[in-house]
Amino acid sequence: MAVGLTLIFGVMRVVNFAHGDMMVWGMYLAWLFATRGGVDPYASFVICAAVLFVVGLLVQRLLVQRIVDAPHEMQILLMLGVALVLENAALLFFGPEPQRVRSVLAQATLWLGPVFVDVARLVTFGVALVLTLLLSLFLFRTDVGRSIRAAADNPYGALVIGTDVRRVYAVAFAVGAACVGAAGALVAPLLPFQPSTGLQLSVASFNIVIIGGMGSLVGAFVGGLLVSVAESLGAVFLKPSLKELVSFSLLVLILLFRPMGLFGKRAS
Amino acid sequence: MKALAALAVAVLVALPAFPSVFGSYAVTLFTLIFFYGFLGQAWNVVGGYAGQLSAGHAAFLGVGAYTAALLSVERGITPWVGMFAGGALAAVLGAVVGFLGFRFGLRGFYFVLLTVALSEICRILAGNTEAVGGALGYYISFTGNPRQFQFQDPRAYYYIALGLMLGATALVMWLERRRFGVYLAAIREDESASEAAGVDTFKYKMLAMLLSSFLTGLGGTFYAFYLFSLQPSTVFGIPLSVEIIIRPIVGGAGTALGPVVGSFILSPLAELSRHYFSQGGWHGAHLIAYGALLIAVVLFLPEGAYPRLARALRRRTAPTS
Repeated sequence: MAVGLTLIFGVMRVVNFAHGDMMVWGMYLAWLFATRGGVDPYASFVICAAVLFVVGLLVQRLLVQRIVDAPHEMQILLMLGVALVLENAALLFFGPEPQRVRSVLAQATLWLGPVFVDVARLVTFGVALVLTLLLSLFLFRTDVGRSIRAAADNPYGALVIGTDVRRVYAVAFAVGAACVGAAGALVAPLLPFQPSTGLQLSVASFNIVIIGGMGSLVGAFVGGLLVSVAESLGAVFLKPSLKELVSFSLLVLILLFRPMGLFGKRAS
Repeated sequence: MKALAALAVAVLVALPAFPSVFGSYAVTLFTLIFFYGFLGQAWNVVGGYAGQLSAGHAAFLGVGAYTAALLSVERGITPWVGMFAGGALAAVLGAVVGFLGFRFGLRGFYFVLLTVALSEICRILAGNTEAVGGALGYYISFTGNPRQFQFQDPRAYYYIALGLMLGATALVMWLERRRFGVYLAAIREDESASEAAGVDTFKYKMLAMLLSSFLTGLGGTFYAFYLFSLQPSTVFGIPLSVEIIIRPIVGGAGTALGPVVGSFILSPLAELSRHYFSQGGWHGAHLIAYGALLIAVVLFLPEGAYPRLARALRRRTAPTS
């Protein structure tokens, strides 16, 4: 499951502090659909993705667009502001109590040979994998996808050959938000969440993306595996409460010695 | 300008002497304004002047707070001495953060991540060390003994916080005019160019970091003996780092009065909205206001409130131009 999530985070080039909070909103939307409408999160994730697509588009068009050329620090601060608003709006609407979404699939389990598998996790992993495949198809095989990669690579060059870079940024941002929303809905049945989960998710996803290498699919995959294995080892050999320490230490080491990540290309 | 500032300071010093006009809630409010103004000023040295966006300043505060509290409770060493030990230890941590960040050339987003990661590591370590109370936190019992930095009268805290803020601001104003301040500004504006012009950027960034972390560590002592309880998730948490950063940014990072102005804008807003919204069950509303304000400042007032205010004042006093 972590791997599936990672894949989605990894392909997104815009690293922003609001990602985790957008994901939490995906979770709460799924929760709303499940409790009010009785829709299973494995069906409603499509709607969650659509809603978050619009949210992402709005945030980009109204806010990020204005400071695309400003220093990097300003963008970080801006996204921090968005994160604060999103997280606390969730707190305001849904309260601080941890919530959980029930899904019919969550009770079912499956024996795959000698391995005991949770069906919900399996489905989450499967859907995440399919989404990631679709996303990479979108990025590599469609015109819009190609222009997204072009604009990320060299905005000026893309502009010269006639790409509407502003529109491309907006679409990329919105697609990113949609992925995160879908991921949120998919993960909602697996772990209890509360508004403050957003910050943890943001930090954890930075960990994975940085360790694997920004913008690299393989890197995201390996980064996710590495982080979860390292955390499990840390939990076994040290103390369960110290497992985060391992991934943060790993992050610091990677930052110092390979800031482009294990599989990232050297950035200019 | 100068007469105005002197008048403002005189008013602030005199205010608590009139308890009838100045209730206990106002004393608390002003104490918080001064304290966060001081923390913002400490951050301003490295984040504003040198332009190194540290998002882990809570770690320095936490180290200072725990050091002074432990020395006082376990060893009986008065926090008046312990605060400098706390500041020194925070500066050691600052040296580690600065050395790693600056020697390895981490800029922008990567530096932010490094500071966040290191403060999170501090949080986890403190939460797992039983000697400092672990995740439950560390508590100081109240004795009311001024020699132990404990006061019956909340006005004592008011004056200490005011002193801290004024002291740090005076220090920053002094540094601003020295070569040191000019170098820092040069590094902020264009690091490569200032390096090419012969500025030892590593050295000056390190000095800024050391000073900033030392001051924040001093603030930790005040925090510990004002609240009497320390929880790792609060003292080392990312939210506290955000509280420290947001005031100088809103007020004007890289200006001596920016953090003070920012704290006068934000601290009352935070306190009052926390007070009123939580009564109505509106949790988190004050943080929504924070977020919205941060967005607005980035979009419409990227230099902060103080520079704008100063220009407006100058225009009023010198209408010839």
